[in-house]
Amino acid sequence: MAVAATTETGARPARAGRRLSAPAWVGTVPFLGYVAIFLLWPTGIVVVDALKNPNGAWAFSNITELGNPLVRGYFIGSFKLCLLSSLLGAVFGAILAYAVASGDPDGTVRRLYLAVSGVLAQFGGVTLAFAFLVVIGPVGLLFHASWFYSFPWGITVIYAYFQIPLMVLVFLPAIDGLKVQWREASENLGASAWQYWRHVGGPLLAPAFLGGTLLLFANALSAFATIWAWENQIAYIVPQQISIALSSEVGLSNVNVADLLALGMVIMVAIVMTGYALLQRRAARWLR
Amino acid sequence: MAAVTALSETPAAESAGRPRGMQARRRRRLNLFRYVVFTVFGLFFLVPLLAMARFSLEGATLGTWSLTAWKQIASYQGTGVPPLISSIEITLELAVITCAVMLVLLVPTMIWVRLRVRWLARTMEFLCLLPLTIPAIALVVGLGQIYNRLQHFSLSALMLFWVYVILALPYAYQALSAGLSAIDVETLSEAARSLGASWFTVMMRVIAPNMRQAILNALLLTASLVLGEFTIAFLLLYNNLQVELYSISRNTPNAGVLFSTSLAALLLTFVLLLILSYAGRRRRGRG
Repeated sequence: MAVAATTETGARPARAGRRLSAPAWVGTVPFLGYVAIFLLWPTGIVVVDALKNPNGAWAFSNITELGNPLVRGYFIGSFKLCLLSSLLGAVFGAILAYAVASGDPDGTVRRLYLAVSGVLAQFGGVTLAFAFLVVIGPVGLLFHASWFYSFPWGITVIYAYFQIPLMVLVFLPAIDGLKVQWREASENLGASAWQYWRHVGGPLLAPAFLGGTLLLFANALSAFATIWAWENQIAYIVPQQISIALSSEVGLSNVNVADLLALGMVIMVAIVMTGYALLQRRAARWLR
Repeated sequence: MAAVTALSETPAAESAGRPRGMQARRRRRLNLFRYVVFTVFGLFFLVPLLAMARFSLEGATLGTWSLTAWKQIASYQGTGVPPLISSIEITLELAVITCAVMLVLLVPTMIWVRLRVRWLARTMEFLCLLPLTIPAIALVVGLGQIYNRLQHFSLSALMLFWVYVILALPYAYQALSAGLSAIDVETLSEAARSLGASWFTVMMRVIAPNMRQAILNALLLTASLVLGEFTIAFLLLYNNLQVELYSISRNTPNAGVLFSTSLAALLLTFVLLLILSYAGRRRRGRG
């Protein structure tokens, strides 16, 4: 406090000699402008166009097209894939995170797994589809999985490749937050391992686990490159259909299909991410 | 961190009788569990990479080995697509430009908000994390119109950096904000200001050097995102590395050069991240 006070008075002469300057928030204008042009404007276009006809007239009834069986099918497909891949990723990711966390916190294994997870969590590109194609695809080295091109199982296995590392990254801090003393305390009181996980560890980790699952869900929802390289003829999920709609105007001809689907996606991701943020806040309570 | 391990390991070694046996048994079981888990997941993550490596070393006839695909990276010219090397160059240039713009845009603004415009902090965080909830595939639908208005067919693919900065925003923001909250920004800036430093000096010569690790993390995350970006480039009809690989795979499936190039890109990211992770540790150890 004392330091702050003296520096404050010390700084004054320097400031007094300066000309009157613009308010401090002006410094953030370049950033705000950039975000407005390249993030808010395009999003605004999507929202507005989703509610218009291709000829430019307002048509709020477009929203009802989200209930159209064809459109609903893509959303159900997205939901299935995201649910499966996020549950799978979350469970296996949590197991791996626990194995990593229980080792030496400064050891090579942990560093390696964290670095690898950092890379692989981002490794959702077309390359990932190639990689699995040459392992279990029709030309696979390991075996030729008949289910490789089946939806949702084939693509779920591929998605697990980036979902598991992402779960490790988000779940590890929560496991690190489990204090050894809690385990020791419960053991001293005679608790078995099962009792510890049932009454202490499990409830502590539950918000972080659910939050991680939601993050994985949103992650799978917005992934496009991998599934497009895996299958670009049949649209199973919303992003595929957006891509098809952008390149060819077929389907619901009186609606801006791509915009409508995009709006639906944004709403879906926003709901999931809000849930994630809420759970994350709850999980953070024990991480101090 | 170190304190936690010390706590967990020493009592097991020193305490006598029953607890010790229990601890030792638990440790053994835990180690067994860890080895099994590491092996299983290690295989799951390694096998696809190894398979790619094997395919990239495939010779002219099946089952033979050759380095052709790796040598081809510099010279490959698929039918109906631009030369591979040009898209590699563009992607690397994009990575550099995106990193530079992101730094110039984000670092000073974040420091400024932290020091002078605190009431904007929540707004800024919200804006930076917003791209997480607006998937690239949704963003591109609106962006297409903006780029069309700019007559983007006459623009170089380098113009993609405008959007890539937005995509990288959440990751860069999180890395930088971790770095910012680890140092006492207020005291540092007050000290520098009282010694007569300008705000520019405060940012560039006092605060930024103190968050070097965070800036490096942000740069790496941004670069790796650009190296792997497909959606926006593909749908705006630009050609970057991933789009090129995709086009090659459509025209000549299983071309060896697909695997050698993908693997090279992946290895590049991985090595960078590993180096960073070790660099971070050494600095912490010294401090």
